[in-house]
Amino acid sequence: MVDIANQSEKTAARPETDPAERKPLPRWVITLASVAVVLLLWEIFGRRVNPVFGSYPSAIAVAFWELAVTGQLWTALYESLRPFLLGYALAILIGVPLGLLIGGFRVAEASLGIYVTAGYAMPLVALVPLLILWLGLGFAVKVAVVFLMALFPICINTWLGVVAVPKTLIEVGKSFVAPDIVILRRIVLPATLPYIMAGIRLAVGRAVVAMVIAEFFTTISGLGAVIINSANNFDTATMFVPIIILMVMAIGLNWLIGFVERKVAPWQAEIAGRDRE
Amino acid sequence: MGEVTFLDVSKRFSLRVDGEVHHVQALDRVNFAVKDGEIVALIGPSGCGKTTALRVAMGLDPSSGGRVTVDGREVNGCGHDRGMVFQHAELLPWLSALQNVMFGLEMKGIRGTRLRETAEKYLHLVGLQDSQNRRPHQLSGGMKQRVGIARALAIDPKVLLMDEPFGALDAQTRESLQGELLDIHARTGKTILFVTHDLDEAVLIADRIVVMKNGRVQEIMNVPLKRPRPDLGVVRGTPEFAETRYKVWRAIHDGATVH
Repeated sequence: MVDIANQSEKTAARPETDPAERKPLPRWVITLASVAVVLLLWEIFGRRVNPVFGSYPSAIAVAFWELAVTGQLWTALYESLRPFLLGYALAILIGVPLGLLIGGFRVAEASLGIYVTAGYAMPLVALVPLLILWLGLGFAVKVAVVFLMALFPICINTWLGVVAVPKTLIEVGKSFVAPDIVILRRIVLPATLPYIMAGIRLAVGRAVVAMVIAEFFTTISGLGAVIINSANNFDTATMFVPIIILMVMAIGLNWLIGFVERKVAPWQAEIAGRDRE
Repeated sequence: MGEVTFLDVSKRFSLRVDGEVHHVQALDRVNFAVKDGEIVALIGPSGCGKTTALRVAMGLDPSSGGRVTVDGREVNGCGHDRGMVFQHAELLPWLSALQNVMFGLEMKGIRGTRLRETAEKYLHLVGLQDSQNRRPHQLSGGMKQRVGIARALAIDPKVLLMDEPFGALDAQTRESLQGELLDIHARTGKTILFVTHDLDEAVLIADRIVVMKNGRVQEIMNVPLKRPRPDLGVVRGTPEFAETRYKVWRAIHDGATVH
């Protein structure tokens, strides 16, 4: 009896751990540490490789500085970003409504669905020379290639999202005599938003690849042209500059999309319990 | 007014199970009527057709034969004369409690200040005036269903149709909502047709109980308990409650033990 009383007193007397002490490392610290380790390893092992076959961060930084001061980098970035953003925006503007249409209406699904499914698997690289014949070597062809690569993942994801909307939510609309178009706009669209945002995220990577492909074929302007021209000169360090810039850009866009997603669909993060991070 | 009449209502559908087509007679010439201001419970084992009957009355499913009328007008699709309360509330997760109630009102064409005022009034009726800005995942199961009831009542339907509205709630919440539903009924005088599989609930709330089995109406029973029933705990202790509960139990189980 005495023992038990003593024991319970001990547990009660033990000071509670301060929640601040047990706070886990913030995500950004872990990410930064990971990047630092990768850069360090790359620097160490990269220096042992013939500079034609590989490069390393400090050499890439020097090449970056040279491209930046001559202004070549900024021109190339501008020439790439403009068609990229336009093609990507067009893909969202057309892909989302098209996906809603295909997912929402039987006739649209039966008549248009196959083209979207097939278009997703289209070997676009093979079609770029043809697009160049139609649209020339400049701005328009880049927009077209980016648009075609980004359109299908956005459209298919939206379509899948519509199909996954719970039937009961649609019945709520029906039971209050909402017209089909109102059900689509006020129930199906918000319920599909997380899928749409996922499609838009997936499309970032594809759109970046599309832009580089288009510039490889045209080789006149943009970051892709910098890549291929420096590769032809065996200037590997310079070649890595646009590659790294594109990868950083994709990360930035991904973060931006995540931010927009939390703004337009905050309930999703709240339901999943991700809102407190 | 708010009278619901089922006239020879039948509903067949076919299911494909492992390549074989099965025909299911979900409703077989169902006849009964709900009088104005009355509460009627549809009860029976699962698969007896009680939810199908409610969905046909709502206009969410068409009947294969016969008709349902509300105040003499034949049901053909959904209408604002009927308000539906769903089993799991089915609130729109991106809208606040208030906006969910407003959604139904907007669909009825109500705009401007009346829209918000009406929605607030009905949230007040179900006791949620302090939680109107919460989104569904910030509400408990009982609160969600209160919003569901407010949403259906706000459009001022002639009839409230409820599909096992308290079936997914814990016992305490269920009991308090049963009491509140009776209170709301006393204040609004709405005709209520509700589906349940809970014997106690049927006897406590309803004026009459329709026992269904295999798509047919097995028996219609009067509940000899007086209104108002302000304290359901007291009602549970009355001999009438026990007797009616037993009679309904017998009606449900008689047929089931035959085969």
